[in-house]
Amino acid sequence: MMNTTDTHDPDGGWRELAEGLHGLRAEPPATLAPAVLERVGLSDAYLSVDGPAGPLLVAYNGRGISATAPGADEARFLERFQARFGRPLRPAGRPPERLVAQVERLLTPGRAGRPPDYDLRGTSEFERAVLAKAQEIPRGQVRPYAWVAGELGQPAAVRAVGAALGRNPVPVLIPCHRVVGSDGRLTGYAWGVPYKRTLLAAEGADPDELERLGRRGTRFFGSDTTRIYCYPTCHNARRTTDAHLMTFTGAADAAAAGYRPCRVCRPPALAG
Amino acid sequence: MSARPRGETPPAPAVFKPVMETQPELPARLARDLDGAFEELVGVHQRLVYGLALRVVGVPADAEEVAQDTFERAYHALAGYPAERVAAMRLRPWLAAIALNLARNRLRRRPPPARPLEDGDGRPLAVAAPAAAEPAEVAERGQERERWAELLAALPRGYREAVVLRHVEGLPYAEVAEILGRPVGTVKTHVHRGVRQLRQELEARKERTR
Repeated sequence: MMNTTDTHDPDGGWRELAEGLHGLRAEPPATLAPAVLERVGLSDAYLSVDGPAGPLLVAYNGRGISATAPGADEARFLERFQARFGRPLRPAGRPPERLVAQVERLLTPGRAGRPPDYDLRGTSEFERAVLAKAQEIPRGQVRPYAWVAGELGQPAAVRAVGAALGRNPVPVLIPCHRVVGSDGRLTGYAWGVPYKRTLLAAEGADPDELERLGRRGTRFFGSDTTRIYCYPTCHNARRTTDAHLMTFTGAADAAAAGYRPCRVCRPPALAG
Repeated sequence: MSARPRGETPPAPAVFKPVMETQPELPARLARDLDGAFEELVGVHQRLVYGLALRVVGVPADAEEVAQDTFERAYHALAGYPAERVAAMRLRPWLAAIALNLARNRLRRRPPPARPLEDGDGRPLAVAAPAAAEPAEVAERGQERERWAELLAALPRGYREAVVLRHVEGLPYAEVAEILGRPVGTVKTHVHRGVRQLRQELEARKERTR
């Protein structure tokens, strides 16, 4: 009934088959290339989330969250993003559920979980180390610039720590606002000191009270029952009742009184 | 896979126009500046990668994911290779092999629905036919494609992959063999058997509708 000896016989059947198969070549959807570029981090998308102190614009790509900016000024965000990263940035089509959930969890008090990934390309190793330290500071607490420098084993690099925090590409999510002056003052913030104050207050710290303490010379709290001293916002310090609360002007002061540094908030052991 | 010097394996003539390895200087540019040249790699090879994935997994949405995964994998692989290796790569068979592997894995994890190629034409309306075409013509062509897709989907996997690479995508046998990791002779046999089976099926269908 049919010719099965030579499939390449240029008869009508073969021609029809070849044309039919060739016609199956399919065009890729227009969404493919943009999605690929976003996944490998060659372009970004952004969306707005509810931040602890107003709306927060969040840019991301397949590597993680690449940039944030408080507020709702998208034009300004785009402009700054392009100036710094030189990549295309577009509004997110459908928000990626996992990422949105991670950001919400990160911003919700009392909820733990894996923090989102961050795309920190373009930062130096030192800057990434500083940002990693800032992420160790719990919500509602603050640490001095000198603490970050000391933790990194570079106690003299206090100014460099300040500069690195100032270049934090993802403010609010990486909480560079939780790093303050040794005297409790809210020095310097890329988005303005008032916003830093609002953020800290929204997180349950009391920035005004911390500044008052600093002005009085208080650097650490201690407990006369445990004989341990802490940074004032450490949760161990907050558990200490007023009757047992001691104040110190520095590590030497605390050491002289026979106190040891808290193992949780890790204040300096001497001469702070 | 082994990095062979470029410029070998002259393509055997395909049925229609032979598909040449495009952009011969692209590997060198990828080696110099991956981020700068990667978008071009996607642009040049997305049709093959997507088309291949579609013929294996059958569903456009799944094929798009496979294609995305393919390019993501390729990006990270290229980022990890030494520059000399990237510069000497033959990108098309390499990408096709990745796509084929990922598509097979996906099929294994998630078998296709009962009628795998119901919407197998893979041409989303948004980017589809030229605007000049008559709607009726377009619809007819869509039905025609669906029929072919169904025929093809009924082939055993080994034959189907060889037929797709050779006669849908129009790649030279040497490259088909490289992608499938089989000798050229075996690939030719598979293509011929696949084609024969398709013709028999085609005849049988004509008999039925007569």
